[in-house]
Amino acid sequence: MDAATAHAEAHTEHELSFWRKYIFSTDHKIIGIQYALTSMFMAVLGGFLAMFVRLQLGWPGRQWPILGSLFPGGMPGGEMTQAFYLSSVTMHGTIMIFFVLTTLLTGGFGNFLIPLQIGARDMAFPFLNALSYWLYPPAIIVLLASFFVSGGAAGGGWTSYAPLSALPQAAPGSGMGQTLWLVSLAILIVAFLLGSLNYITTVLQLRTRGMSMLRLPLTIWALFLTSILSLLAFPVLLAASIMLLFDRMGGTSFFVPAGLIVGTVPVDHAGGNPLLWQHLFWFLGHPEVYVLILPPMGMVSDILANNARKPIFGYRFMVASLASITFLSFLVWGHHMYTSGMHPLLGTAFMTTTLIIAVPSAIKTFNWLATLWRAKIRFTSAMLFTLGFLSLFVTGGLTGIMLGQPPVDIYLQDTFFVVAHFHFVMGLAAIFASFAGTYYWFPKMFGRMMSERLGKWHFWLSFPAAYLTFFPMHYAGLMGMMRRIYSPALYAHLQGLQPINIVVSIGAFILFSAQFIFLYNFFRSTRRGPKAERNPWGATTLEWQAPSPPPHGNWGAHLPVVHRWAYEYSTPGMADDFIPQTQPSGVPVGAGTGDGEGAHRGGDGTHGDGRARSG
Amino acid sequence: MASEHSTTGEPTHSDRSAVAFALVMAVLVVGAVVGTLVARGRWWIPPLASVQGRDVDRLLFVTFGIISAAFILVQGLLALLVWLYRDRGQRASHWHEHRGLELTYTIVPAVVMAGLTITAAGLWSRIHSTPPAGALVVEVRAEQFGWRARYPGPDGRFGKSDRAAFTRERVDPATMTQRIQQNPFAVDPNDPAGRDDIVTQDLRAAPMHLVVNRPVEVRLWSKDVVHSFFVPRFRMKQDVVPGITVSMWFTPTATGTYEIACAELCGLLHYSMLGKIVVETQEQFDAWLAGQNP
Repeated sequence: MDAATAHAEAHTEHELSFWRKYIFSTDHKIIGIQYALTSMFMAVLGGFLAMFVRLQLGWPGRQWPILGSLFPGGMPGGEMTQAFYLSSVTMHGTIMIFFVLTTLLTGGFGNFLIPLQIGARDMAFPFLNALSYWLYPPAIIVLLASFFVSGGAAGGGWTSYAPLSALPQAAPGSGMGQTLWLVSLAILIVAFLLGSLNYITTVLQLRTRGMSMLRLPLTIWALFLTSILSLLAFPVLLAASIMLLFDRMGGTSFFVPAGLIVGTVPVDHAGGNPLLWQHLFWFLGHPEVYVLILPPMGMVSDILANNARKPIFGYRFMVASLASITFLSFLVWGHHMYTSGMHPLLGTAFMTTTLIIAVPSAIKTFNWLATLWRAKIRFTSAMLFTLGFLSLFVTGGLTGIMLGQPPVDIYLQDTFFVVAHFHFVMGLAAIFASFAGTYYWFPKMFGRMMSERLGKWHFWLSFPAAYLTFFPMHYAGLMGMMRRIYSPALYAHLQGLQPINIVVSIGAFILFSAQFIFLYNFFRSTRRGPKAERNPWGATTLEWQAPSPPPHGNWGAHLPVVHRWAYEYSTPGMADDFIPQTQPSGVPVGAGTGDGEGAHRGGDGTHGDGRARSG
Repeated sequence: MASEHSTTGEPTHSDRSAVAFALVMAVLVVGAVVGTLVARGRWWIPPLASVQGRDVDRLLFVTFGIISAAFILVQGLLALLVWLYRDRGQRASHWHEHRGLELTYTIVPAVVMAGLTITAAGLWSRIHSTPPAGALVVEVRAEQFGWRARYPGPDGRFGKSDRAAFTRERVDPATMTQRIQQNPFAVDPNDPAGRDDIVTQDLRAAPMHLVVNRPVEVRLWSKDVVHSFFVPRFRMKQDVVPGITVSMWFTPTATGTYEIACAELCGLLHYSMLGKIVVETQEQFDAWLAGQNP
């Protein structure tokens, strides 16, 4: 063990006030935790809104007197209004995509993990990093304020297609609510841009000695490529949002053509094109789904290798497939627009690029499976959620092959088949990977262990409930049930659908409830969990060489030096079944605990400075 | 945290989790297969009623078959590997590269995707080809929250329509309302071709009429926001974009009544934007058309 980390604990932090240390901190770990906690708050809210949607779709037209008194605005007399339903749909999507998954994965995990896994003391620009976080709460306040303005929150879907979103008179939610939605998003995008710039610079500039690009853990590769994606794609949505604000308030006509009449009132716009909004939106919107799925791909690769006690299979193919997915994701946005009226030849072109993405996705999937071959699988909560990710990602990815073909998409576009598809492939997959990441890195974040027993309850309830909720949606979609409808009751082709919607709603209620086990476990463990040692999972990557939790500056007096790649598990001829990246080659691995193969077991404490942080 | 190790042969934590996971995955795969078989009778794509839809359905179900096989294979493999390689005190292998294997699962999906791309591209271009001569032409106007249709009348020609006409003149709201209701397609009153045009009422109350086995070209435009013209039984869906006219064509194959749904969120009553189509014989259609007042 080199001496770099041995003195970590001796490193004294600057004496900072509580406010500078935990609130307006520039420490990447604190900022990461701030991002994560804020995202968790928003996740509860976003999930809660989904419950309203499912309540309505499971039992349309039914009255819920108790809810009527709790939510007199949205459910007067106990029956949900159409406006509140549409606001719930819109805000659920907006919150989950931008305010939960993007912020949690890049803001939370990205912030916490990048400096620790590359051996840096902090981000390249700590102040920008803090600024990035502190733009997030104002964006939330603006977004949530929209529930209380005249007309309610935005109700045009998370895609906010113009002209519906451009004309305040077109719908109640297109009033002040839509303006606030755009302002909120613009603020948040600035936060994402500051973050992305920081992550890219940090990975390129602050890797410690020996940490070549091809020694980076896949988590870092994924976060690095995600940041490039964000940095290039989000400005387009920022521009589009500002253009839409101009259309709404400044009298411009980017997205509104001449001659429109809403009801019987003519519209004073001319010269715009609604398809322009769709192109700009999806130019971000599609890369965005990869912003949500690349970090999970990286994180589960590392958690899988650790719990399988095997090197990740096909590391170079994994990096290459991440990179090719990143590149291709800029060239597929039009597959959201096959039926939009754009030229059919564009449909053919976008189909080609879309189906090509199936290839790197298949490579990743089979590489994960091959990692399990002749492994030694530990069923930690982190591993269970990783396995859950694999299953959910495959289920959602496969239906993408149907939707990717324009002739098939003609029928399935804007039905619940699409809703099922993206909830599996980016919603559930990303959130399951986030849970895996939380169970795995919690000890490093808080210096304590989460309850494995509660973690398993959480998994065994969530995983079946996820399938119960989203799998039957495929059938609803195949029947032709349209997205975002308040009730399917009017349509002959949707008669007999209701049992499916009820099953989906019950599944959703179970799924949402199960998350409170996680929340309880999380918050309880921050105070009551058993103290975590430096490297409780027997992991190879650098963060596990720092104390749990790492102090300000992470590494004490000397930065760690990297001697090998991140996947040295079960190396033949070695007593331990893992070799940390800091272990120089040729030097025998530190004294095992004697069982010859279970050296990663809790309590060995032989790696790092040999001293678990016992309180 | 303490992960369990079996050295005694007794069931361990690892065994229990592996059994549970494999079991849940088995239930998932069997449930998906059985669920799909059950759904085929009750919760399935509605009966087909157009020529183009045959190819769409074939491609849909061929792809469905391919992904179902992949689903069973991958989920099954995942369950099997998790079960086989649970921690029983063994040492994991260090195996992490195999060029041949990796190339296999690069090339096989690539070939399948290429096949699907070529097939789908052919069908897509057929769907978007020029409608055949002799096709019926109907113009459909979408608005919040309903549909109307216009037929060219006996002369077979639509009168000129100037959709921006209403917005150029500034008249009082009552006059505007009256004008829009009297002339919803903004047909130029001076164009003789427009005098015999037939404009329907809202298609929910007054269905659009089409002829069985006769191709029909539908020209779509919107008065306000984006809508989507979706006829599930014809496997046809086309967004209706304000400011442009988009055409689509298809051939209904069975007489009867069909539904138009709006598939793109268009405002508060999006869910109720229902229209109807009646498909009938040419004779019935002619009789219906003759009974309409221009």
